[in-house]
Amino acid sequence: MKVLVPVKRVIDYNVKVRVKPDQSGVDLANVKMSMNPFDEIAVEEAVRMKEAGTAEEIVAVSIGPQQAQETLRTALAMGADRGILVKTDETVEPLAVAKILKNVVEAEGPDLVILGKQAIDDDSNQTGQMLASLLGWPQGTFASGVKTEGEKLHVTREVDGGLQTVALEGPAIVTTDLRLNEPRYASLPNIMKAKKKPIDTREPDEFDIDIAPRLSVVKVTEPPQREAGELVEDVPTLVSKLKTEGAI
Amino acid sequence: MAVLVIAEHDNAALSDATHKTVSAAAKFGGDIDILVAGEGAGSVAEAAAGIDGIRKVLHADDPALKKQLAEAMEALIVPLMDGYDAVFAAASTSGKNIMPRIAAQLDVMQLSDITGLEGTDTFERPIYAGNAIMTVTSSDPKKVVTVRTTSFDAAGEGGSASIETLEASAAAAKSEFVSENIVESDRPDLTAAKRVVSGGRALGSDEDFEKYMIPLADKLGAAIGASRAAVDAGYAPNDYQVGQTGKIVAPELYIAIGISGAIQHLAGMKDSKIIVAINKDEEAPIFQVADYGLVADLFNAVPELTEAL
Repeated sequence: MKVLVPVKRVIDYNVKVRVKPDQSGVDLANVKMSMNPFDEIAVEEAVRMKEAGTAEEIVAVSIGPQQAQETLRTALAMGADRGILVKTDETVEPLAVAKILKNVVEAEGPDLVILGKQAIDDDSNQTGQMLASLLGWPQGTFASGVKTEGEKLHVTREVDGGLQTVALEGPAIVTTDLRLNEPRYASLPNIMKAKKKPIDTREPDEFDIDIAPRLSVVKVTEPPQREAGELVEDVPTLVSKLKTEGAI
Repeated sequence: MAVLVIAEHDNAALSDATHKTVSAAAKFGGDIDILVAGEGAGSVAEAAAGIDGIRKVLHADDPALKKQLAEAMEALIVPLMDGYDAVFAAASTSGKNIMPRIAAQLDVMQLSDITGLEGTDTFERPIYAGNAIMTVTSSDPKKVVTVRTTSFDAAGEGGSASIETLEASAAAAKSEFVSENIVESDRPDLTAAKRVVSGGRALGSDEDFEKYMIPLADKLGAAIGASRAAVDAGYAPNDYQVGQTGKIVAPELYIAIGISGAIQHLAGMKDSKIIVAINKDEEAPIFQVADYGLVADLFNAVPELTEAL
């Protein structure tokens, strides 16, 4: 099986986000960037499939600025075989990403595309589903378990009421949830080896698609801040405060 | 102008999330129709027809729609969109699963998890786990929207819309339902509950999670939630998770027990009306958003609180 893993370069999940004073966006200057955590889980799952002998080749793909190459190197250090960077400095929305990925999929012919359920920057949760639809493929979103059963892929999904398992006829799309696996840290020898793995750089112009943004940002603002309240001495005080508030 | 709202249901009961999605659709404007897709979901269609301000209910009943899998829902909804300017669904795991497929087929950018809207092309949504709020305008001819239901009041009852039966198209599906593990509970639904008690990693085990959380929840008639750390550790099932990637809740009372308050957790509960935090670490970030904080060992404080209620 050939597996394609799209990965996104995002602000590191530990960084406290600051809104720019001119409300044009979030300040990304000199901020630590990392691979989207859900995409790390996707890379890990693909590497585990390769280790188990179900996957033969893992291709990581990233769409973004030149620095997204670092994100691809992380994927290669974790165990992906080669990378594709679709280089652009423009804003690419999930629909545009899905269109670019559709072209990459058609060129590469993977049996499975596995990617994060959402990116922790825009929290859209769209790309995997859009790609599945554009390709006419089935999808297993928010996966906490993936296994092959004969010709089919069984995906256990985290849904609002609990867990749901669906069987997909490949090729298919899987989007990862938090509990699918715990991604490994790349070892130093693997980081060194990753530097020699090939990364193919492409431009969005090579694909005959319209990736112009459909949304325009009016403003980005701070959310309303909650004031810290008071510390109470003991449980009886807490109960009486809550009674006064009418909360209980 | 007309908006299609996708009903949230389990074939037996219509979820309150639908009423809230209708409120968001009403702000968009125009006629509102509700699509009830399922199997044996006649009572759900009747309940949807009773929501105030609905023009009509479209009812598609077919075994292929029983679990509302994304592929089948896409095949059903996309042809309907000729008659609508927008389609709205709750930003539930179901809405999140289905709606981007509709958007892709219509060649439009979806507006995910909106918390507000103005007119028909300006939308407000949280980004970066709610640490920033983005207002965008959409230039697309049709809008595909998922709604953060905690940001909208439920539409009222009292309507008597007509119910129109749709022929469901049985497209060859490449996905099929295998099994599910859905917890049956008498407790209120986490996302709609007026009171939520949530437990964190400090509870230490699944036994203690149950032992300390359930009596308190029972006393308060509350839903039970959990932090990601507690779910990852196996103390609580995944559907309890409150946070950026779990459930978004905004009850009248939220009691966080042994939860430190990572930003990803705060993203899921900071719109609660009253927040109470019980934690023995007085430096825990949860205290910065709590209305009432109690620095105490939860294993003493929770039974005492349960007793006092």
